[in-house]
Amino acid sequence: MAAEPLSAHALEERLDELLDPVLSSRRTATGLAGTIAALARELQDFILHWAAVIARSNPEMAYQFAAAAPQALARLDLAAAEAWIIEAMDTYDRDGLYRGSAVFKNVAEFSGFLHANAAAVSFEDIARVLQLFICGLAGRRLRLDTATNSYTDTETLFLQSRMALFPTQEENFLVYKAMATLLWAQGRFGTFNADLDAVCKNYADPGRALELLGTLETIRLEACIARTLPGLAREMRKLSDGQPADSRCIPLTTPSATVSDSIALLGQVYADMAPAHYSYMPALRPEQAATVRKARIAKEKDEFQSALAQLIEEKDGSGTAQPQPGERFSIQASGIGAGCELTLDGEPVAPPENVSQLMDSILQDLGEIPDDYLTAAGDGGYRQNQRSSQDPADVWKGIYHEEGAFFYNEWDCKRHHYRKNWCVLRELDVHPGNAAFIDATLARYAPQVMQLKRTFELLRGEDKLLKKQPYGDDIDLDAVIAAYANMKSGMELSDRLLVKRHKTERDLAVMFMVDMSGSTKGWINDAEREALIMLCEALEVLGDRYAIYGFSGITRKRCEIFHVKRFDEPYNDMVKSRIAGIQPQDYTRMGAAIRHLTTLLNQVEARTKLLIALSDGKPDDYSDNYRGEYGIEDTRQALLETHRAGIKPFCITIDREARDYLPYMYGPVNWTLVDDVTQLPLKVADIYRKLAT
Amino acid sequence: MTSKTAPLHAKVLKPESHLIEKEPYYESVGDEIALFDAAYASQIPVLLKGPTGCGKTRFMEYMAWRLKRPLITVSCHDDLTASDLVGRYLITNNETVWVDGPLARAVRCGGICYLDEVVEARKDTTVVIHPLADDRRILPMEKRGELLQAPKEFILTMSYNPGYQSVLKELKQSTRQRFIAIEFSYPAADLEKKIIATETGVDPEIIDKLIKLAHMTRNLKGNGLDEGASTRLLVHAARLMARGIAPHTACNGAIAEALSDDPEMLRAINELASSLF
Repeated sequence: MAAEPLSAHALEERLDELLDPVLSSRRTATGLAGTIAALARELQDFILHWAAVIARSNPEMAYQFAAAAPQALARLDLAAAEAWIIEAMDTYDRDGLYRGSAVFKNVAEFSGFLHANAAAVSFEDIARVLQLFICGLAGRRLRLDTATNSYTDTETLFLQSRMALFPTQEENFLVYKAMATLLWAQGRFGTFNADLDAVCKNYADPGRALELLGTLETIRLEACIARTLPGLAREMRKLSDGQPADSRCIPLTTPSATVSDSIALLGQVYADMAPAHYSYMPALRPEQAATVRKARIAKEKDEFQSALAQLIEEKDGSGTAQPQPGERFSIQASGIGAGCELTLDGEPVAPPENVSQLMDSILQDLGEIPDDYLTAAGDGGYRQNQRSSQDPADVWKGIYHEEGAFFYNEWDCKRHHYRKNWCVLRELDVHPGNAAFIDATLARYAPQVMQLKRTFELLRGEDKLLKKQPYGDDIDLDAVIAAYANMKSGMELSDRLLVKRHKTERDLAVMFMVDMSGSTKGWINDAEREALIMLCEALEVLGDRYAIYGFSGITRKRCEIFHVKRFDEPYNDMVKSRIAGIQPQDYTRMGAAIRHLTTLLNQVEARTKLLIALSDGKPDDYSDNYRGEYGIEDTRQALLETHRAGIKPFCITIDREARDYLPYMYGPVNWTLVDDVTQLPLKVADIYRKLAT
Repeated sequence: MTSKTAPLHAKVLKPESHLIEKEPYYESVGDEIALFDAAYASQIPVLLKGPTGCGKTRFMEYMAWRLKRPLITVSCHDDLTASDLVGRYLITNNETVWVDGPLARAVRCGGICYLDEVVEARKDTTVVIHPLADDRRILPMEKRGELLQAPKEFILTMSYNPGYQSVLKELKQSTRQRFIAIEFSYPAADLEKKIIATETGVDPEIIDKLIKLAHMTRNLKGNGLDEGASTRLLVHAARLMARGIAPHTACNGAIAEALSDDPEMLRAINELASSLF
């Protein structure tokens, strides 16, 4: 039996509570409650549930949702409505309140998408395939991202987040593919090598001029695609339902046509040609492209000249590199993608891979490598270093940037979806600490370290002599004698007469993830550092590959991973002083840390991979409600991802209440509690021994 | 078709007495033939570096034919022991009999011993070739208490793919510094075209497209692929097409599926192929 619908009054009370921060005397929940009261109880509950979830992120979004929901639920079923909410929240996460609430307001646009729901293709599903496809087409490295319209700024290809124009998935994917290829072609075949903005401003209606120019460029680029990718061109023709192009456009389809031909033609056709609208036709955004292009040209000139200086250094031998007057380099470009021949002092030089890519990119922008590029950068301080201006530590000085950072999704248990690229994570070095700490620890635990080393020595893979083998290096005399006797007594002769040396090699990579949150301050931190030292001593004996990283951070924008020891780094004094330098930092946003370390572990080849966390408590962060259920669910989700990647996670904790949440996150057996902190250094190596054998 | 069925058994060849009689098809990409000749004359072992399927093995066959020496190939694997190379005692008829391993046989007959993918072998195994690879040119046969002195016709060669970025698959310095190294890479487009044309005889237009596809997959190296499509894969695809298989099917079978198991990568490669054909 369906429950009774809630009354307008009851609804208003609930909404007042949820939306309190954005309500005022002039904006009350009465109107909302009135509309929602007319709905069935099931729908009311749905709205209230999601309004509460959304209000956790932003109350204004929740208000917009509650306002739009009754109308939306009239058109969408609950599953589709959920997709609509997630789409709006993703937009909000990415582009802020204005864009996010626009999605709520434009239900019509969204439900339009969903009419062809079964055949719709979402960007997310095909992003990787398209990314690989575009990467295969070559040229410069291009990123893909979503936007409301498809366009490119010459480094990122923006595509719509969903495609449902055609009745089948194949066709919708093809639209994506065609769009991405055309955007790639805009960069590849030099659409932005002229100042399109200035050209269009000369016309009475610059908007129309730009649209027409887009049409002309599409015709030109389609011809380019037809020459290089005939198969795709054939498929694209199916989508464009073969509208015959204006006969005036035919010159654009010749191989020699460039963007200036399109610009010239624009003057002739401006008066009477209608801009075409193919399903896959991308828009032109000259202003964005110009900004990105300008920055890139300057950067690449600099890089190219530095690379040339390096080539001279290699040729002349280091130390004597003095840029000599006059041209030492000359270049013979045989076209984009075909490579260039670079000569130094009349001799051809083979440029390294990255320089070839650079030359290719410069050719795409400028059509040639201008002469002034060929002067190598001089020594001295002039050579700009792009990296140094983007020091990760700047974030703390208030200069916020996302350069060099890693992005990770985060699981929102309320929404039951990932928040995309939600956490911004940086890898920092631990500031080396006082090595005296190491010596003190080793002195204090000297007998225990000896004991540990001996135990671990026993575990080391040793040669085993396997007897009675069918194949092997040498004859097993015992087996031969036994077999001889057997044969004499009329029994069958065994073929297992050889011995074989079998070396059991440990093929194991282990990642230690150390909690560096503020709560470890004091003796927990000391115990952690001591435990790491003991562990390293033991692992050096065993010969397993291991890495150590610390984690901490504050808010999703400042997740931090502290590098102590990489897999390929030896256990040396530097590593030791980094261990000594592990200091308590801020909070414990575990999800992002687990995801990052999983990525690192994935790059290592080993039969068994372990991710061992040393922790003192629950996941926790300063804002975003990370504390509590949200954080636990996100950490659990991150650990599930780790599991799926074939890595075994394990947690060593000193939190006595761990029993309440760790089994849920790690599974019933993949954690252990060391309830006496002073025992941590002694126990950790022991726990490792049990785990890894 | 003749009614005679093909023989039901393969030809049995003894590698140490088998000489390659027909000239193997090999297209020189640089001065590698001259370099190998000189190394052979100076009795210095040779290391062939390069990605898979770029012609290392074919080059060895060609050189064996050119120098008129038997070619003894050992495919190395991680369980290859020193006895597998040198030899071991076996028991027959109440007595132990010494059986030479391939390396010892190659030394005895003054042939070319080719250790294919040598990094795969265990490090302790590769060490047995050291005395053979420097100017001593001897193969110690510990179990027999003998030293086998290599005749001047013998040469040791091995191949190695530096593309594997695993630290476990590094060649020891003491091993690699005994060799002259010849680097192989994919041939330039024109040469690759000629090679595929000679090997398969398909339409030049199809070969152009195949080569474009190969370059596209080589662009994907490091972005999900460990290696791009090698010349060998192109030859396979072209052979399938020459037998009337549709280009998409041929590229999927011979190139995409051979390169990866990742469904998204397969789809991307197939999309690239279908853009071309």
